[in-house]
Amino acid sequence: MTKTYKKVDQNKRKFLLTATSLTGVAGISALGFPFMASMAPSEKAKAAGAAVELDVSKIKTGEMKTTEWRGQPVWILNRSDEMLETLDRQDELADPDLEVSSQQPKYCQNKTRSIKPNILVMVGLCTHLGCSPSPKLTPKGDMGSKWEGGFFCPCHGSKFDLAGRVYKGSPAPTNLVIPPHTYIDEKVILIGEDPEENV
Amino acid sequence: MAIDTKNSKTGFVSWVDERFPLSSFIKNHLTQYYAPKNFNFWYFFGALALFVFVMQILTGIFLTMHYKPDASQAFESVEYIMRDVSFGWLIRYMHSTGASLFFVVIYLHMFRALIYGSYKNPRELLWLFGVLIFLLLMAEAFFGYLLPWGQMSYWGAQVIVNLFATIPFIGPDLAEWVRGDYLISDATLNRFFAFHVIALPLALAGLVFLHLVALHEVGSNNPDGIEIKKTKDKKTGIPLDGIPFHPYYTVKDLMGLTVFLIIFAAIIFFAPEMNGYFLEANNFIPADPLVTPSHIAPVWYFTPFYSILRAVPPILNSQFPGVAAMGLSVIILFFVPWLDRSKVRSVRYKGPLFKKWIAIFVVSFFVLGYLGTVPSNIWGQFSSVIPLIGGTDVATIVARIFTILYFAFFLLMPFYSKKDQTKPVPKRVTMR
Amino acid sequence: MKNFIAFLLILFSAHTFSADVVKLDRAPVDLSDKDSLQRGARNFINYCLNCHSASYMRYNQLLDIGLSEEVIKNNLLFTANKVGENMTIAMANKDAEAWFGHAPPNLSVTARSRGADWIYSYLRGYYRDKTRDLGWNNKVYPNSAMPHILWQLQGENSYDMDSGELTLIKAGTLSVKEYDQFVGDITNFMVYLSEPHQEKRKKLGYYVIAFLLVLLVLTVFLKREYWKNIK
Repeated sequence: MTKTYKKVDQNKRKFLLTATSLTGVAGISALGFPFMASMAPSEKAKAAGAAVELDVSKIKTGEMKTTEWRGQPVWILNRSDEMLETLDRQDELADPDLEVSSQQPKYCQNKTRSIKPNILVMVGLCTHLGCSPSPKLTPKGDMGSKWEGGFFCPCHGSKFDLAGRVYKGSPAPTNLVIPPHTYIDEKVILIGEDPEENV
Repeated sequence: MAIDTKNSKTGFVSWVDERFPLSSFIKNHLTQYYAPKNFNFWYFFGALALFVFVMQILTGIFLTMHYKPDASQAFESVEYIMRDVSFGWLIRYMHSTGASLFFVVIYLHMFRALIYGSYKNPRELLWLFGVLIFLLLMAEAFFGYLLPWGQMSYWGAQVIVNLFATIPFIGPDLAEWVRGDYLISDATLNRFFAFHVIALPLALAGLVFLHLVALHEVGSNNPDGIEIKKTKDKKTGIPLDGIPFHPYYTVKDLMGLTVFLIIFAAIIFFAPEMNGYFLEANNFIPADPLVTPSHIAPVWYFTPFYSILRAVPPILNSQFPGVAAMGLSVIILFFVPWLDRSKVRSVRYKGPLFKKWIAIFVVSFFVLGYLGTVPSNIWGQFSSVIPLIGGTDVATIVARIFTILYFAFFLLMPFYSKKDQTKPVPKRVTMR
Repeated sequence: MKNFIAFLLILFSAHTFSADVVKLDRAPVDLSDKDSLQRGARNFINYCLNCHSASYMRYNQLLDIGLSEEVIKNNLLFTANKVGENMTIAMANKDAEAWFGHAPPNLSVTARSRGADWIYSYLRGYYRDKTRDLGWNNKVYPNSAMPHILWQLQGENSYDMDSGELTLIKAGTLSVKEYDQFVGDITNFMVYLSEPHQEKRKKLGYYVIAFLLVLLVLTVFLKREYWKNIK
């Protein structure tokens, strides 16, 4: 056997090794994508979590209705003018000026935390540990003489005003969440979707 | 302050090495594991089988996240995966295609061992573990095939479970126990699911480990069937015909893997049903215990054995002989190391007799495989004028002949392998 | 035991079935033809989706074939309220069994179990048969439980058993060519329906294989580089 030993070009080897490794890693990452994607909400989950329509004209002034969106209770409260007036008087709030902007969409970052002043749309889950607070809409009553109406979480005693803003000293760290919602027409709201111009 | 870069680089490795045999493992099994340098095409399939095994487990885990092992929901949940789960179709096709390709690869891997005598002393245990893996793989595939809960799933399981019922005396009770019901039902589906996703994969993983331990103990055989450990470099003790597994065989297997992946991808993306061989048309009809499809055949990888079952005629009104023959056609593989009495391992140095018989075996396997996929009247009947076989299906007689040849390959092996004119084996491996 | 023997007998002898299968016509399947798919979707929803469900399919999947959410909502959504819902039907299986003998099958994956040619030939294969309760029979699927839903469109055929030919005896509202296209569109849609992601699958396949070919070139060179001195 006659052997001719070919010289090893270390640079060529290094280049091929790097190129193959990089391509291989790229391939494996690309393969990882469908697997990760398969764990995201499926079409079924998306359909179940699709936006919910509700006719708000049927909610009388001062009354509240609960609907469900993505398995969460969503409150629609038609606040009376007296109720709205109480919002200005609250000085014991943890975040009165809505500085934690994640708790409401931009178009609800206002005094009443709503698109139309009277109609409050809010996720009915406490920002502390996720219990559903009880509406205590009327002043005083079992909430004491200082109470001007709002929400009270029975689990750990968090208190919120009629715009879902949390009172100082509550275990809940932030205001209640306002979900994305929009008015399809004068009467009907769509909970789960932003108004067109905000998309 | 000069930092000793060399030490800081290996600092972590040496930290691990004091607690876990990392470096020595890499040395013993990769960089200083010497494999014969003359591996050819046939030597890709072991690594490929390992790859497919890992892929099946991976895709299986993700399918389990969405699949529902419930007779009323199983079929729908598979369609849910195909439609609603993001990229679910890809994962499902990878799994269904992987199942078939697993058998392609395993059959080629086993054939390699058969032609190069890789089962002969001292590799008998290696071979036995391998046959055991094959046996469990068949069970794994069978259990998995029920899960989509289509017509073929249902009736395939019905037929196979009923095979147990043919066992004399205990048969019917045994079949009922396997099903957990009087028919294939939700209870059966649930237990098959348990076997498919946890029991058998666990056992398979264990056996694959044992298979590899045995391999690395005795070292790989090669196409020449020459023991490379016999001619070592006097100074270093390294086999002269051996090359380190890493980097030589890692880069070579990587190349083989890429070719395999191209075939794999071509099937997944362009022909996932593989013309009804990988996914059968009738399996797109939900299981219906009241209606049997007009033609049921097992998936292609079972058909050679299914053909043997069909070929054996009932004796004394019992189907058991056919069932026994089918079982034996697989079990007989366990005895190959002791059936082969040839002086040499590889087909390269074996004589014409062995070559003839291995050719007969391959043809039998393919013919039986083909006949298992088609109805037994495919070739019509013999004219009733012919004595003995008149009126019988032609295909049935053909299947009988090839069943006999299939078994003859094994049962006559002690005789023809001993008698065969072998060629002298060279001292060193050849590269061709 | 007896059952099992009987079962095996059926298994080993029932294949005579395949001998007298009618020759099927080739269905005009073209999944890139969005117009055909859209027409097919309309025809399917209007004529088939009253008795048959296609419940594995969601309406909003139809965005794939170029229909907008508005169109789906306003023109096609008869059995559901939201576009994300499945193509189900109101008819209960029990009622259907009472009316037709057995419940009309879910058509979601029928194109995969029967094949496109079968569906196409079946929908064109109806003929008048007075011996049948509903007055119809089918040359592809004899004694089919389904009456000829599209008879007003196709008209009435008579069937010559010997030649296997259908002859139009009473014209329908569509010409033969129009009817063939009508049924062809339904078939095309049902092929799409049976695996909505199939076009996406093939498209992705080209990229994957192109990538693997690049990887193959690299691994071949890498292997050669390392093996050049192994002799």
